[in-house]
Amino acid sequence: MSQYYTSVDHFVLVPAILLALFGCAVLLFDFLLFPEPRQRKYLVWFVALGLVFTGGALWRQQHFLSVQKIDSITAFGGTLTIDGFALFFNWIFLAASLIVALISYKYLETAGEHQGEIYGLILLANCGMFFLAAGTDLITLFIGLELMALCFYVMVGFLRGDRRSNEAAVKYLLLGAFSSGFLVYGFSVLYGLSGSTKLAAIRMALESRGASDPLVILALVTVSVGLLFKISAVPFHMWAPDAYEGAPTTVTAYLAAGSKAASFAFLMRMFMGPLAPSRELWEPLLAVVAVASMTVGNFAAITQSNVKRLLAYSSISHAGYILLGLIAGNDTGVQGVLVYVLVYVFMTMGAFLVVAALRRKEMLGEDLEDMAGLVHKSPGYAFLMLIFLLSLAGIPPTAGFIGKYFIFLSLIQTGHYVLAVIATLYVAVAIYYYFRIVRSMFISPLTDRAPAATSLGLKLALAVTGLMTLLIGIYPEPFLSLAQNSLLR
Amino acid sequence: MTGVPLSWFLILSAVLFSLGVAGFLIRRSVLTVFMSIELMLNAVNLSFVAFSYQLKQVNGHLFTFFVMVVAAAEAALGLAIILAVFRNRGTLQVDEVNSMKN
Repeated sequence: MSQYYTSVDHFVLVPAILLALFGCAVLLFDFLLFPEPRQRKYLVWFVALGLVFTGGALWRQQHFLSVQKIDSITAFGGTLTIDGFALFFNWIFLAASLIVALISYKYLETAGEHQGEIYGLILLANCGMFFLAAGTDLITLFIGLELMALCFYVMVGFLRGDRRSNEAAVKYLLLGAFSSGFLVYGFSVLYGLSGSTKLAAIRMALESRGASDPLVILALVTVSVGLLFKISAVPFHMWAPDAYEGAPTTVTAYLAAGSKAASFAFLMRMFMGPLAPSRELWEPLLAVVAVASMTVGNFAAITQSNVKRLLAYSSISHAGYILLGLIAGNDTGVQGVLVYVLVYVFMTMGAFLVVAALRRKEMLGEDLEDMAGLVHKSPGYAFLMLIFLLSLAGIPPTAGFIGKYFIFLSLIQTGHYVLAVIATLYVAVAIYYYFRIVRSMFISPLTDRAPAATSLGLKLALAVTGLMTLLIGIYPEPFLSLAQNSLLR
Repeated sequence: MTGVPLSWFLILSAVLFSLGVAGFLIRRSVLTVFMSIELMLNAVNLSFVAFSYQLKQVNGHLFTFFVMVVAAAEAALGLAIILAVFRNRGTLQVDEVNSMKN
């Protein structure tokens, strides 16, 4: 501890520095270089540039790990750790941010609220996500979480004149702050129990205290409430449908993909780290939450007529599936969680992108009827949506099948047969409501002949998400081995 | 803290936190709900400082500063969002802010 900022510290922190600097620079460029509203779309290129630089920094870290044949680089006295797990999630965050930046300008222009701040917020939220995936200290994780959440509160309420967007923002803000309160209360108990804010030290302290200590249970319960809220698992899911429906669709895509992936990284760090000694306590608790999430998510989705709301409930049920991998807890389970999150990000974003493409000035394009006969109007969008929905339902040869396969495999390997059966049955329910969208697109007659929106960014984003959804399904080996090397131990 | 045992501070913190939770769940005005969240965060600060003093460390104090910063940022953002809601709706009752169908 003689040196406060070593070269190793710097090497680990570079991606976050780049994201923060580019985020602030975009905010400045917005009014210094591009005062005209129609010039704001050039900011997308700055975002892309920032993300490419960040990707380069991450690649250097990945390269360093593989050349030196080490598992992790620790910096700042153990508060930040770059390991395969952190890098895996950071690649996902970068992809999500890039896709959202690409589609945002067209959507926000149509919605009449194209402000340059959105690009700065995307990068700063990504910076928060970096700390969530790489943080190994309670303070770092808490700051990362709040940096991400604060950016999202603003982005959800970005359509200032829209009542639904306001409402979504206020609900997300109040419930988000409420859950952060629980989380940080749990952190204070963990700190009191262990005398340290570092995850490794807390784990050792909890191991020596035993799982049935009432203070350990208090910490476990409060931290779990905070974490389960962030991944929108039942019974802490109430905010998700409203926030997803009211937010601008591009932000919804980011919320469903980036924010949820980051929250899962955080959740895995906590449950596989400091909370691992009390596994016997949280395993049944999480099993109940996972089954409840799948039940509520799948059955509530059946009756929805708003596609964004339907996808929100489906994302609640996906959170349940991902939790199952953590419950199984063996290497296959953790690998399943990583693969599922990767797959989930691309297919969910893809589905929301198609919904965003249907937005016009006078029409929201979010209802099931707005999709009627889409195949006659824009067959490209309709077939891409079909791929995303098949993948969300988990049908081969799409990526969603690979994700579900590993989760189910891990459940069977660890003898959780009942959970495996329940999870499989819910796939049937999911197919039913996803095919309501498919039926509307392919069988219902075309009612609205106005063409769907299109832009270069949207095409690029759809190409990337569609390609990844098919590629991971058809040729999963490289992604599987990447996940295999990114396990949290 | 001479004379006052650690548990008293923790009990006070737990009581304040519970009051915050109760306020969040019971009160109907967005502003009061928001203040309840601040109360929860302050309860957390109290428990951090108490633990920190007990353990003779500065980590807990440090965490308190971060919690305060986050609370301030949240308040600034929250009030801005609440203002936007009030402009568009003219009400701040939680029950009346529910235009989205369930």
